[in-house]
Amino acid sequence: MTAPVLTRGALSFFGQRLTAYRHFWRSSLISSVVQPVLFLAAMGLTLGVLVDRGRGLPGGVSYLAFLAPGLLVAAAMQTAFFESSYPVMGGIKWDRIFEAVLATPARVADLLVGHLLYVSFRVLTSAALFLAALVAFGAAASPLVVLTLPAALLTGLAFAAPITAFAARLENDSGFAGLQRFAIVPMFLFSGTFFPVSQLPAAFEWIAYLTPLWHGVSLARGLALGTLDGAAALIHVGYLGLWVVAGVVLALRSFRKRLAT
Amino acid sequence: MRNEEPLIRARGLVKRFGEFTAVDGIDVDVAAGEAFGFLGPNGAGKSSTMRMIGAVSPPTDGELRILGLDPAVDGPRIRARLGVVPQTDNLDLELSVLENLLVYGRYFGLPRAVVRERADELLAFVQLTDRGGDKVDSLSGGMKRRLTIARALINDPDVVLLDEPTTGLDPQARHVLWDRLYRLKQRGVTLVLTTHYMDEAEQLCDRLVVMDKGRIAAEGSPAELIRRYSTREVCELRFPLVEGQPGPEHFVPELAAVVDRGVVERIEALPDRLLLYTADGDAAVAAVAAAGVHPLSSLVRRSSLEDVFLRLTGRTLVD
Repeated sequence: MTAPVLTRGALSFFGQRLTAYRHFWRSSLISSVVQPVLFLAAMGLTLGVLVDRGRGLPGGVSYLAFLAPGLLVAAAMQTAFFESSYPVMGGIKWDRIFEAVLATPARVADLLVGHLLYVSFRVLTSAALFLAALVAFGAAASPLVVLTLPAALLTGLAFAAPITAFAARLENDSGFAGLQRFAIVPMFLFSGTFFPVSQLPAAFEWIAYLTPLWHGVSLARGLALGTLDGAAALIHVGYLGLWVVAGVVLALRSFRKRLAT
Repeated sequence: MRNEEPLIRARGLVKRFGEFTAVDGIDVDVAAGEAFGFLGPNGAGKSSTMRMIGAVSPPTDGELRILGLDPAVDGPRIRARLGVVPQTDNLDLELSVLENLLVYGRYFGLPRAVVRERADELLAFVQLTDRGGDKVDSLSGGMKRRLTIARALINDPDVVLLDEPTTGLDPQARHVLWDRLYRLKQRGVTLVLTTHYMDEAEQLCDRLVVMDKGRIAAEGSPAELIRRYSTREVCELRFPLVEGQPGPEHFVPELAAVVDRGVVERIEALPDRLLLYTADGDAAVAAVAAAGVHPLSSLVRRSSLEDVFLRLTGRTLVD
Protein backbone atom coordinates (compact mmCIF):
# COMPACT_ATOMS: atom_id res chain seq x y z
CA MET A 1 0.00 0.00 0.00
CA THR A 2 1.44 3.36 -0.98
CA ALA A 3 1.31 6.11 1.62
CA PRO A 4 -0.76 9.14 0.64
CA VAL A 5 1.65 12.00 0.04
CA LEU A 6 1.75 15.21 -1.96
CA THR A 7 2.57 14.07 -5.44
CA ARG A 8 2.14 15.46 -8.92
CA GLY A 9 -1.00 13.36 -9.29
CA ALA A 10 -2.52 14.76 -6.09
CA LEU A 11 -1.66 18.35 -7.00
CA SER A 12 -2.98 17.85 -10.54
CA PHE A 13 -6.35 16.62 -9.25
CA PHE A 14 -6.47 19.50 -6.77
CA GLY A 15 -5.74 21.80 -9.72
CA GLN A 16 -8.49 20.18 -11.79
CA ARG A 17 -11.05 20.76 -9.02
CA LEU A 18 -9.86 24.36 -8.55
CA THR A 19 -10.21 24.98 -12.29
CA ALA A 20 -13.82 23.80 -12.06
CA TYR A 21 -14.34 25.86 -8.90
CA ARG A 22 -13.34 29.02 -10.77
CA HIS A 23 -16.57 28.63 -12.76
CA PHE A 24 -18.88 28.70 -9.74
CA TRP A 25 -16.90 30.03 -6.79
CA ARG A 26 -19.22 32.93 -6.12
CA SER A 27 -22.40 30.92 -5.64
CA SER A 28 -20.54 28.19 -3.78
CA LEU A 29 -18.76 30.48 -1.35
CA ILE A 30 -21.89 32.49 -0.68
CA SER A 31 -24.01 29.43 0.04
CA SER A 32 -21.39 27.97 2.39
CA VAL A 33 -21.24 31.22 4.37
CA VAL A 34 -24.80 32.55 4.24
CA GLN A 35 -26.29 29.68 6.23
CA PRO A 36 -23.96 29.96 9.23
CA VAL A 37 -24.27 33.76 9.16
CA LEU A 38 -28.07 33.43 9.27
CA PHE A 39 -27.80 31.08 12.24
CA LEU A 40 -25.38 33.48 13.91
CA ALA A 41 -27.81 36.37 13.41
CA ALA A 42 -30.96 34.48 14.38
CA MET A 43 -29.63 32.59 17.39
CA GLY A 44 -26.73 34.74 18.47
CA LEU A 45 -28.34 38.15 18.33
CA THR A 46 -31.90 37.32 19.41
CA LEU A 47 -31.88 34.14 21.46
CA GLY A 48 -28.46 35.18 22.74
CA VAL A 49 -29.87 38.29 24.38
CA LEU A 50 -32.36 36.14 26.33
CA VAL A 51 -29.61 33.74 27.39
CA ASP A 52 -27.31 36.52 28.52
CA ARG A 53 -30.11 38.25 30.44
CA GLY A 54 -31.10 34.99 32.12
CA ARG A 55 -28.79 32.66 34.02
CA GLY A 56 -26.20 32.97 31.24
CA LEU A 57 -23.49 30.49 30.27
CA PRO A 58 -20.89 28.93 32.58
CA GLY A 59 -17.91 31.26 32.90
CA GLY A 60 -19.94 34.33 32.05
CA VAL A 61 -19.24 34.07 28.30
CA SER A 62 -21.64 35.96 26.03
CA TYR A 63 -23.86 33.64 24.01
CA LEU A 64 -22.63 35.15 20.74
CA ALA A 65 -18.99 34.46 21.65
CA PHE A 66 -20.00 30.91 22.69
CA LEU A 67 -21.98 30.23 19.53
CA ALA A 68 -19.63 31.68 16.88
CA PRO A 69 -16.78 29.09 17.05
CA GLY A 70 -19.34 26.29 17.26
CA LEU A 71 -21.12 27.46 14.12
CA LEU A 72 -17.83 27.87 12.31
CA VAL A 73 -16.88 24.25 12.98
CA ALA A 74 -20.39 22.94 12.27
CA ALA A 75 -20.25 24.76 8.92
CA ALA A 76 -16.91 23.03 8.22
CA MET A 77 -18.68 19.70 8.78
CA GLN A 78 -21.43 20.68 6.33
CA THR A 79 -18.94 21.76 3.67
CA ALA A 80 -16.97 18.53 4.10
CA PHE A 81 -20.19 16.51 3.77
CA PHE A 82 -21.28 18.46 0.71
CA GLU A 83 -17.92 18.10 -1.07
CA SER A 84 -17.37 14.44 -0.19
CA SER A 85 -20.80 13.02 -0.93
CA TYR A 86 -22.20 13.80 -4.39
CA PRO A 87 -18.88 14.84 -5.97
CA VAL A 88 -17.26 11.53 -4.95
CA MET A 89 -20.17 9.42 -6.15
CA GLY A 90 -20.32 11.50 -9.34
CA GLY A 91 -16.60 11.14 -9.93
CA ILE A 92 -16.98 7.37 -9.78
CA LYS A 93 -20.40 6.77 -11.32
CA TRP A 94 -21.74 9.81 -13.16
CA ASP A 95 -19.17 11.81 -15.11
CA ARG A 96 -16.50 9.25 -14.11
CA ILE A 97 -13.68 11.77 -13.88
CA PHE A 98 -11.93 9.55 -11.30
CA GLU A 99 -11.53 6.88 -13.98
CA ALA A 100 -9.98 9.48 -16.30
CA VAL A 101 -7.52 10.51 -13.57
CA LEU A 102 -6.46 6.92 -12.95
CA ALA A 103 -5.71 6.45 -16.67
CA THR A 104 -2.81 8.89 -16.17
CA PRO A 105 0.30 8.15 -14.09
CA ALA A 106 -1.74 9.20 -11.01
CA ARG A 107 -2.52 6.48 -8.48
CA VAL A 108 -5.52 5.87 -6.25
CA ALA A 109 -3.78 7.49 -3.27
CA ASP A 110 -3.02 10.59 -5.37
CA LEU A 111 -6.68 10.89 -6.25
CA LEU A 112 -7.72 10.70 -2.59
CA VAL A 113 -5.09 13.21 -1.44
CA GLY A 114 -6.05 15.61 -4.25
CA HIS A 115 -9.69 15.32 -3.25
CA LEU A 116 -8.90 15.97 0.43
CA LEU A 117 -6.75 18.95 -0.55
CA TYR A 118 -9.71 20.41 -2.39
CA VAL A 119 -12.07 19.76 0.55
CA SER A 120 -9.49 21.42 2.82
CA PHE A 121 -9.40 24.42 0.53
CA ARG A 122 -13.19 24.69 0.54
CA VAL A 123 -13.43 24.30 4.32
CA LEU A 124 -10.71 26.87 4.97
CA THR A 125 -11.94 29.53 2.55
CA SER A 126 -15.54 29.19 3.78
CA ALA A 127 -14.41 29.30 7.42
CA ALA A 128 -12.20 32.35 6.79
CA LEU A 129 -15.10 34.24 5.23
CA PHE A 130 -17.40 33.27 8.09
CA LEU A 131 -14.70 34.38 10.50
CA ALA A 132 -14.63 37.80 8.85
CA ALA A 133 -18.41 37.96 9.17
CA LEU A 134 -18.41 37.10 12.86
CA VAL A 135 -15.73 39.70 13.57
CA ALA A 136 -18.00 42.20 11.84
CA PHE A 137 -20.86 41.04 14.11
CA GLY A 138 -18.69 41.74 17.11
CA ALA A 139 -18.85 38.04 17.98
CA ALA A 140 -15.10 37.62 18.39
CA ALA A 141 -14.16 37.57 22.07
CA SER A 142 -10.43 37.97 21.33
CA PRO A 143 -7.91 37.65 18.47
CA LEU A 144 -7.56 34.01 19.56
CA VAL A 145 -10.66 33.38 17.46
CA VAL A 146 -8.30 32.94 14.46
CA LEU A 147 -7.28 29.60 15.99
CA THR A 148 -10.71 28.26 15.09
CA LEU A 149 -9.48 27.93 11.48
CA PRO A 150 -7.11 24.97 12.04
CA ALA A 151 -9.77 23.40 14.29
CA ALA A 152 -12.31 23.76 11.46
CA LEU A 153 -9.86 22.20 9.00
CA LEU A 154 -9.17 19.20 11.23
CA THR A 155 -12.90 18.71 11.86
CA GLY A 156 -13.62 19.05 8.15
CA LEU A 157 -11.13 16.29 7.34
CA ALA A 158 -12.47 14.10 10.16
CA PHE A 159 -15.78 14.15 8.26
CA ALA A 160 -14.51 14.31 4.69
CA ALA A 161 -12.36 11.16 4.83
CA PRO A 162 -14.98 8.72 6.22
CA ILE A 163 -17.78 10.28 4.14
CA THR A 164 -15.60 9.83 1.04
CA ALA A 165 -15.14 6.16 1.94
CA PHE A 166 -18.92 5.83 2.39
CA ALA A 167 -19.77 7.70 -0.83
CA ALA A 168 -17.36 5.58 -2.87
CA ARG A 169 -19.21 2.41 -1.84
CA LEU A 170 -22.75 3.56 -2.61
CA GLU A 171 -24.62 2.35 -5.66
CA ASN A 172 -27.05 5.29 -5.62
CA ASP A 173 -27.35 8.62 -3.86
CA SER A 174 -30.20 7.69 -1.47
CA GLY A 175 -27.59 6.89 1.19
CA PHE A 176 -26.72 10.58 1.45
CA ALA A 177 -30.22 11.55 2.58
CA GLY A 178 -29.94 8.97 5.37
CA LEU A 179 -26.51 10.19 6.39
CA GLN A 180 -27.76 13.76 6.44
CA ARG A 181 -30.93 12.92 8.40
CA PHE A 182 -29.49 10.51 10.94
CA ALA A 183 -25.95 11.83 11.43
CA ILE A 184 -25.22 15.31 10.11
CA VAL A 185 -28.37 17.14 11.25
CA PRO A 186 -28.57 15.52 14.73
CA MET A 187 -24.89 16.30 15.26
CA PHE A 188 -25.40 19.85 14.10
CA LEU A 189 -28.22 20.31 16.65
CA PHE A 190 -27.00 18.28 19.64
CA SER A 191 -23.19 18.23 19.64
CA GLY A 192 -22.59 21.43 21.52
CA THR A 193 -22.87 23.97 18.74
CA PHE A 194 -25.86 25.78 20.27
CA PHE A 195 -25.68 24.79 23.95
CA PRO A 196 -23.32 22.94 26.29
CA VAL A 197 -23.96 19.19 25.99
CA SER A 198 -24.19 19.08 29.83
CA GLN A 199 -27.77 20.26 29.21
CA LEU A 200 -28.59 16.88 27.61
CA PRO A 201 -29.88 13.85 29.56
CA ALA A 202 -26.85 11.84 30.74
CA ALA A 203 -27.14 9.07 28.10
CA PHE A 204 -27.32 11.57 25.25
CA GLU A 205 -24.51 13.58 26.76
CA TRP A 206 -22.28 10.53 26.42
CA ILE A 207 -23.34 10.01 22.81
CA ALA A 208 -22.47 13.63 22.12
CA TYR A 209 -18.96 13.04 23.52
CA LEU A 210 -18.46 10.32 20.91
CA THR A 211 -19.31 12.54 17.96
CA PRO A 212 -16.38 14.09 16.11
CA LEU A 213 -18.32 17.35 15.89
CA TRP A 214 -18.40 17.76 19.68
CA HIS A 215 -14.61 17.42 19.77
CA GLY A 216 -14.24 19.90 16.91
CA VAL A 217 -16.61 22.41 18.50
CA SER A 218 -14.98 22.04 21.94
CA LEU A 219 -11.52 22.46 20.43
CA ALA A 220 -12.49 25.58 18.46
CA ARG A 221 -14.42 27.11 21.35
CA GLY A 222 -11.68 26.42 23.85
CA LEU A 223 -9.12 28.00 21.53
CA ALA A 224 -11.30 31.04 20.76
CA LEU A 225 -12.17 31.72 24.39
CA GLY A 226 -8.71 30.85 25.70
CA THR A 227 -10.18 28.25 28.08
CA LEU A 228 -8.60 25.13 26.57
CA ASP A 229 -6.20 23.09 28.69
CA GLY A 230 -3.47 20.91 27.20
CA ALA A 231 -4.99 17.54 28.10
CA ALA A 232 -8.36 18.41 26.57
CA ALA A 233 -6.66 19.78 23.44
CA LEU A 234 -4.73 16.52 23.08
CA ILE A 235 -7.89 14.42 23.42
CA HIS A 236 -9.82 16.50 20.88
CA VAL A 237 -7.01 16.58 18.33
CA GLY A 238 -6.22 12.88 18.86
CA TYR A 239 -9.85 11.82 18.51
CA LEU A 240 -10.39 13.89 15.35
CA GLY A 241 -7.06 12.61 13.99
CA LEU A 242 -8.30 9.06 14.53
CA TRP A 243 -11.34 9.75 12.35
CA VAL A 244 -9.10 11.23 9.66
CA VAL A 245 -6.74 8.25 9.64
CA ALA A 246 -9.52 5.64 9.76
CA GLY A 247 -11.38 7.54 7.04
CA VAL A 248 -8.33 7.69 4.78
CA VAL A 249 -7.65 3.95 5.19
CA LEU A 250 -11.28 3.09 4.41
CA ALA A 251 -11.47 5.56 1.51
CA LEU A 252 -8.34 4.07 -0.07
CA ARG A 253 -9.94 0.66 0.20
CA SER A 254 -13.22 1.91 -1.30
CA PHE A 255 -11.43 3.61 -4.17
CA ARG A 256 -9.38 0.51 -4.98
CA LYS A 257 -12.49 -1.66 -4.90
CA ARG A 258 -14.48 0.63 -7.18
CA LEU A 259 -11.80 1.99 -9.49
CA ALA A 260 -8.88 -0.43 -9.71
CA THR A 261 -10.24 -3.98 -9.80
CA MET B 1 7.99 -10.22 -38.48
CA ARG B 2 9.84 -7.74 -36.31
CA ASN B 3 12.50 -8.98 -33.96
CA GLU B 4 11.96 -6.33 -31.28
CA GLU B 5 9.78 -7.04 -28.26
CA PRO B 6 6.10 -6.41 -28.92
CA LEU B 7 4.60 -3.30 -27.30
CA ILE B 8 1.98 -5.46 -25.66
CA ARG B 9 2.49 -9.11 -24.84
CA ALA B 10 0.02 -11.30 -22.95
CA ARG B 11 0.28 -15.00 -22.21
CA GLY B 12 -2.53 -16.92 -20.56
CA LEU B 13 -4.05 -13.65 -19.36
CA VAL B 14 -6.99 -14.18 -16.99
CA LYS B 15 -9.39 -11.78 -15.29
CA ARG B 16 -11.90 -13.05 -12.77
CA PHE B 17 -14.46 -11.07 -10.78
CA GLY B 18 -15.45 -13.38 -7.95
CA GLU B 19 -16.89 -16.49 -9.59
CA PHE B 20 -17.20 -14.85 -13.01
CA THR B 21 -14.36 -15.26 -15.49
CA ALA B 22 -14.32 -12.27 -17.83
CA VAL B 23 -11.07 -13.11 -19.62
CA ASP B 24 -10.16 -16.77 -19.80
CA GLY B 25 -6.51 -17.18 -20.73
CA ILE B 26 -5.70 -15.16 -23.84
CA ASP B 27 -2.40 -14.70 -25.70
CA VAL B 28 -1.89 -11.37 -27.46
CA ASP B 29 1.05 -9.65 -29.19
CA VAL B 30 0.79 -6.12 -30.51
CA ALA B 31 3.73 -4.72 -32.47
CA ALA B 32 4.74 -1.06 -32.75
CA GLY B 33 2.81 0.85 -35.40
CA GLU B 34 0.09 -1.75 -35.67
CA ALA B 35 -3.66 -1.16 -35.50
CA PHE B 36 -4.86 -4.12 -33.48
CA GLY B 37 -8.47 -4.97 -32.73
CA PHE B 38 -10.50 -7.08 -30.34
CA LEU B 39 -13.69 -7.99 -32.16
CA GLY B 40 -16.51 -9.58 -30.23
CA PRO B 41 -20.02 -9.12 -28.89
CA ASN B 42 -20.85 -7.36 -25.63
CA GLY B 43 -19.62 -9.40 -22.67
CA ALA B 44 -16.83 -11.11 -24.62
CA GLY B 45 -14.20 -9.76 -22.19
CA LYS B 46 -12.90 -6.96 -24.42
CA SER B 47 -13.26 -4.12 -21.91
CA SER B 48 -11.74 -6.18 -19.09
CA THR B 49 -8.78 -6.90 -21.36
CA MET B 50 -8.43 -3.21 -22.19
CA ARG B 51 -8.48 -2.21 -18.52
CA MET B 52 -5.68 -4.68 -17.83
CA ILE B 53 -3.66 -3.37 -20.78
CA GLY B 54 -4.37 0.15 -19.50
CA ALA B 55 -2.51 -0.80 -16.27
CA VAL B 56 -5.57 0.03 -14.17
CA SER B 57 -6.99 -3.40 -13.48
CA PRO B 58 -4.54 -6.04 -12.18
CA PRO B 59 -4.65 -9.40 -14.01
CA THR B 60 -5.89 -12.34 -11.95
CA ASP B 61 -3.48 -14.72 -13.63
CA GLY B 62 -1.10 -15.02 -16.55
CA GLU B 63 1.68 -12.84 -17.86
CA LEU B 64 1.31 -9.28 -19.13
CA ARG B 65 4.02 -6.89 -20.35
CA ILE B 66 3.18 -3.46 -21.69
CA LEU B 67 5.96 -1.43 -23.32
CA GLY B 68 8.31 -4.01 -21.87
CA LEU B 69 7.15 -3.23 -18.32
CA ASP B 70 5.15 -5.13 -15.72
CA PRO B 71 1.90 -3.27 -14.92
CA ALA B 72 1.86 -4.65 -11.36
CA VAL B 73 5.14 -2.83 -10.66
CA ASP B 74 5.34 0.00 -13.17
CA GLY B 75 1.69 1.09 -13.57
CA PRO B 76 2.42 4.85 -13.50
CA ARG B 77 5.35 4.54 -15.94
CA ILE B 78 3.22 2.53 -18.35
CA ARG B 79 0.23 4.87 -18.10
CA ALA B 80 2.52 7.83 -18.79
CA ARG B 81 2.99 6.44 -22.31
CA LEU B 82 -0.59 5.37 -23.02
CA GLY B 83 -3.59 7.28 -24.32
CA VAL B 84 -6.92 5.90 -23.14
CA VAL B 85 -10.34 6.39 -24.73
CA PRO B 86 -12.80 4.50 -22.51
CA GLN B 87 -16.12 3.05 -23.58
CA THR B 88 -18.08 5.79 -21.77
CA ASP B 89 -16.76 9.34 -22.14
CA ASN B 90 -15.33 10.56 -18.84
CA LEU B 91 -14.69 14.21 -19.58
CA ASP B 92 -14.91 16.74 -16.75
CA LEU B 93 -18.32 18.31 -17.40
CA GLU B 94 -17.56 21.24 -15.08
CA LEU B 95 -14.69 22.35 -17.32
CA SER B 96 -14.58 23.92 -20.76
CA VAL B 97 -13.41 21.96 -23.80
CA LEU B 98 -9.94 23.53 -23.73
CA GLU B 99 -9.64 23.23 -19.93
CA ASN B 100 -10.24 19.49 -20.20
CA LEU B 101 -7.04 19.23 -22.22
CA LEU B 102 -4.97 21.71 -20.19
CA VAL B 103 -5.85 20.10 -16.88
CA TYR B 104 -5.14 16.59 -18.19
CA GLY B 105 -1.68 17.49 -19.45
CA ARG B 106 -0.57 18.32 -15.92
CA TYR B 107 -0.95 14.71 -14.75
CA PHE B 108 1.83 13.82 -17.19
CA GLY B 109 4.17 16.46 -15.81
CA LEU B 110 4.28 18.38 -19.07
CA PRO B 111 5.33 22.05 -18.93
CA ARG B 112 2.40 24.44 -19.19
CA ALA B 113 3.60 25.95 -22.49
CA VAL B 114 3.89 22.50 -24.09
CA VAL B 115 0.41 21.49 -22.94
CA ARG B 116 -1.02 24.77 -24.22
CA GLU B 117 0.55 24.31 -27.65
CA ARG B 118 -0.47 20.65 -27.92
CA ALA B 119 -4.00 21.43 -26.76
CA ASP B 120 -4.42 23.92 -29.60
CA GLU B 121 -2.99 21.45 -32.13
CA LEU B 122 -5.21 18.65 -30.86
CA LEU B 123 -8.35 20.78 -30.93
CA ALA B 124 -7.54 21.51 -34.56
CA PHE B 125 -6.89 17.81 -35.21
CA VAL B 126 -10.31 16.82 -33.84
CA GLN B 127 -11.97 19.81 -35.50
CA LEU B 128 -13.06 21.51 -32.28
CA THR B 129 -10.94 24.68 -32.42
CA ASP B 130 -13.96 26.98 -32.41
CA ARG B 131 -15.51 25.15 -29.42
CA GLY B 132 -12.52 25.54 -27.05
CA GLY B 133 -14.29 27.90 -24.66
CA ASP B 134 -17.60 26.01 -24.58
CA LYS B 135 -18.82 23.82 -21.76
CA VAL B 136 -18.40 20.10 -22.56
CA ASP B 137 -22.11 19.53 -21.98
CA SER B 138 -23.01 21.58 -25.05
CA LEU B 139 -21.10 19.23 -27.38
CA SER B 140 -22.79 16.51 -29.46
CA GLY B 141 -21.96 12.85 -28.79
CA GLY B 142 -19.52 12.73 -31.70
CA MET B 143 -17.76 15.91 -30.56
CA LYS B 144 -17.40 14.59 -26.99
CA ARG B 145 -15.88 11.43 -28.40
CA ARG B 146 -13.42 13.47 -30.46
CA LEU B 147 -12.51 15.55 -27.42
CA THR B 148 -11.89 12.35 -25.44
CA ILE B 149 -9.55 11.24 -28.22
CA ALA B 150 -7.77 14.61 -28.20
CA ARG B 151 -7.33 14.30 -24.43
CA ALA B 152 -5.89 10.79 -24.85
CA LEU B 153 -3.24 12.28 -27.17
CA ILE B 154 -2.11 15.11 -24.87
CA ASN B 155 0.93 13.09 -23.66
CA ASP B 156 1.92 12.09 -27.23
CA PRO B 157 1.37 8.41 -26.32
CA ASP B 158 3.12 5.39 -27.83
CA VAL B 159 -0.09 3.38 -27.73
CA VAL B 160 -3.69 4.57 -27.89
CA LEU B 161 -6.32 2.27 -26.36
CA LEU B 162 -9.83 2.77 -27.71
CA ASP B 163 -12.72 0.87 -26.14
CA GLU B 164 -15.70 0.80 -28.52
CA PRO B 165 -14.72 4.14 -30.07
CA THR B 166 -17.88 4.69 -32.15
CA THR B 167 -20.58 2.86 -30.21
CA GLY B 168 -23.68 5.04 -29.90
CA LEU B 169 -22.66 7.51 -32.62
CA ASP B 170 -24.65 8.26 -35.76
CA PRO B 171 -23.16 7.11 -39.10
CA GLN B 172 -21.80 10.53 -40.04
CA ALA B 173 -20.08 11.03 -36.69
CA ARG B 174 -18.61 7.53 -37.00
CA HIS B 175 -17.06 8.35 -40.37
CA VAL B 176 -15.53 11.57 -39.05
CA LEU B 177 -14.04 9.59 -36.17
CA TRP B 178 -12.72 6.80 -38.40
CA ASP B 179 -11.05 9.40 -40.57
CA ARG B 180 -9.26 10.89 -37.53
CA LEU B 181 -8.19 7.45 -36.28
CA TYR B 182 -6.96 6.53 -39.74
CA ARG B 183 -4.78 9.64 -39.75
CA LEU B 184 -3.35 8.69 -36.35
CA LYS B 185 -2.54 5.26 -37.71
CA GLN B 186 -0.77 6.82 -40.68
CA ARG B 187 1.36 8.88 -38.29
CA GLY B 188 2.61 5.58 -36.87
CA VAL B 189 0.67 5.64 -33.61
CA THR B 190 -0.06 2.12 -32.36
CA LEU B 191 -3.80 1.66 -31.97
CA VAL B 192 -5.49 -1.01 -29.88
CA LEU B 193 -9.24 -1.00 -30.14
CA THR B 194 -12.25 -3.06 -29.23
CA THR B 195 -15.40 -3.11 -31.28
CA HIS B 196 -18.47 -5.16 -31.98
CA TYR B 197 -18.84 -3.53 -35.39
CA MET B 198 -17.30 -5.61 -38.15
CA ASP B 199 -17.15 -2.61 -40.51
CA GLU B 200 -15.12 -0.71 -37.92
CA ALA B 201 -12.74 -3.63 -37.52
CA GLU B 202 -12.38 -3.94 -41.30
CA GLN B 203 -11.78 -0.21 -41.71
CA LEU B 204 -9.22 0.27 -38.97
CA CYS B 205 -7.50 -2.96 -38.00
CA ASP B 206 -4.37 -4.39 -39.57
CA ARG B 207 -4.82 -7.43 -37.40
CA LEU B 208 -7.47 -8.56 -34.99
CA VAL B 209 -8.58 -11.30 -32.69
CA VAL B 210 -12.15 -12.55 -32.54
CA MET B 211 -13.16 -12.82 -28.88
CA ASP B 212 -16.02 -14.82 -27.49
CA LYS B 213 -16.80 -15.66 -23.85
CA GLY B 214 -13.39 -14.51 -22.64
CA ARG B 215 -11.41 -16.54 -25.15
CA ILE B 216 -9.79 -15.84 -28.49
CA ALA B 217 -11.57 -17.76 -31.25
CA ALA B 218 -9.35 -16.71 -34.16
CA GLU B 219 -6.59 -14.29 -35.08
CA GLY B 220 -5.42 -12.65 -38.31
CA SER B 221 -5.91 -9.72 -40.68
CA PRO B 222 -9.53 -9.06 -41.68
CA ALA B 223 -8.84 -10.42 -45.18
CA GLU B 224 -7.07 -13.54 -43.83
CA LEU B 225 -9.88 -14.29 -41.41
CA ILE B 226 -12.49 -13.97 -44.15
CA ARG B 227 -10.46 -16.20 -46.45
CA ARG B 228 -9.92 -18.79 -43.75
CA TYR B 229 -13.38 -18.94 -42.22
CA SER B 230 -15.73 -17.86 -44.98
CA THR B 231 -16.30 -18.04 -48.73
CA ARG B 232 -15.71 -15.24 -51.21
CA GLU B 233 -19.38 -14.35 -51.51
CA VAL B 234 -22.57 -14.74 -49.56
CA CYS B 235 -26.05 -15.04 -50.99
CA GLU B 236 -28.73 -13.81 -48.57
CA LEU B 237 -32.21 -15.22 -49.14
CA ARG B 238 -35.24 -13.68 -47.46
CA PHE B 239 -38.60 -15.40 -47.24
CA PRO B 240 -42.02 -14.11 -46.25
CA LEU B 241 -42.29 -14.32 -42.46
CA VAL B 242 -45.74 -15.52 -41.44
CA GLU B 243 -46.73 -15.90 -37.79
CA GLY B 244 -47.08 -19.59 -36.88
CA GLN B 245 -45.42 -20.77 -40.12
CA PRO B 246 -41.95 -22.36 -40.13
CA GLY B 247 -39.06 -19.88 -40.60
CA PRO B 248 -36.40 -19.80 -43.32
CA GLU B 249 -34.70 -22.95 -41.95
CA HIS B 250 -37.69 -24.85 -43.42
CA PHE B 251 -36.15 -24.37 -46.90
CA VAL B 252 -32.74 -25.79 -45.98
CA PRO B 253 -33.62 -29.44 -46.91
CA GLU B 254 -34.95 -28.29 -50.30
CA LEU B 255 -31.59 -26.64 -50.96
CA ALA B 256 -29.57 -29.74 -50.00
CA ALA B 257 -29.05 -30.58 -53.66
CA VAL B 258 -27.50 -27.16 -54.29
CA VAL B 259 -24.96 -27.83 -51.55
CA ASP B 260 -24.35 -31.38 -52.83
CA ARG B 261 -23.58 -30.07 -56.29
CA GLY B 262 -20.90 -27.87 -54.78
CA VAL B 263 -22.34 -24.53 -55.92
CA VAL B 264 -22.89 -23.58 -52.29
CA GLU B 265 -20.39 -24.59 -49.60
CA ARG B 266 -22.73 -24.38 -46.61
CA ILE B 267 -25.95 -22.76 -45.43
CA GLU B 268 -26.54 -20.80 -42.20
CA ALA B 269 -30.15 -20.30 -41.13
CA LEU B 270 -30.89 -17.08 -39.23
CA PRO B 271 -34.33 -16.26 -37.82
CA ASP B 272 -35.09 -13.90 -40.72
CA ARG B 273 -32.98 -15.21 -43.61
CA LEU B 274 -30.72 -17.90 -45.04
CA LEU B 275 -27.04 -17.25 -45.73
CA LEU B 276 -25.58 -19.31 -48.58
CA TYR B 277 -21.78 -19.38 -48.50
CA THR B 278 -20.44 -19.67 -52.02
CA ALA B 279 -17.58 -18.74 -54.36
CA ASP B 280 -20.04 -17.43 -56.93
CA GLY B 281 -23.15 -15.66 -55.67
CA ASP B 282 -24.90 -15.34 -59.02
CA ALA B 283 -24.47 -19.05 -59.72
CA ALA B 284 -25.93 -19.75 -56.28
CA VAL B 285 -28.99 -17.58 -57.00
CA ALA B 286 -29.54 -19.45 -60.28
CA ALA B 287 -29.12 -22.82 -58.54
CA VAL B 288 -31.69 -21.85 -55.89
CA ALA B 289 -34.24 -20.97 -58.60
CA ALA B 290 -33.44 -24.23 -60.41
CA ALA B 291 -34.13 -26.14 -57.18
CA GLY B 292 -37.65 -24.69 -57.18
CA VAL B 293 -37.13 -22.42 -54.14
CA HIS B 294 -38.46 -18.88 -54.61
CA PRO B 295 -37.32 -16.44 -51.92
CA LEU B 296 -38.85 -12.98 -51.49
CA SER B 297 -35.48 -11.44 -52.29
CA SER B 298 -31.93 -12.58 -52.87
CA LEU B 299 -28.88 -10.43 -52.31
CA VAL B 300 -25.30 -11.27 -53.23
CA ARG B 301 -22.54 -9.64 -51.20
CA ARG B 302 -18.91 -10.21 -50.24
CA SER B 303 -18.11 -12.08 -47.04
CA SER B 304 -17.44 -9.94 -43.97
CA LEU B 305 -16.11 -10.42 -40.47
CA GLU B 306 -19.72 -10.87 -39.39
CA ASP B 307 -19.69 -14.15 -41.34
CA VAL B 308 -16.41 -15.12 -39.72
CA PHE B 309 -17.92 -14.51 -36.31
CA LEU B 310 -21.05 -16.49 -37.19
CA ARG B 311 -18.92 -19.39 -38.40
CA LEU B 312 -16.73 -19.37 -35.29
CA THR B 313 -19.41 -18.95 -32.63
CA GLY B 314 -22.71 -19.83 -34.27
CA ARG B 315 -24.03 -16.41 -33.23
CA THR B 316 -24.28 -12.95 -34.78
CA LEU B 317 -22.15 -10.08 -33.48
CA VAL B 318 -24.86 -7.51 -32.84
CA ASP B 319 -28.01 -8.98 -31.35
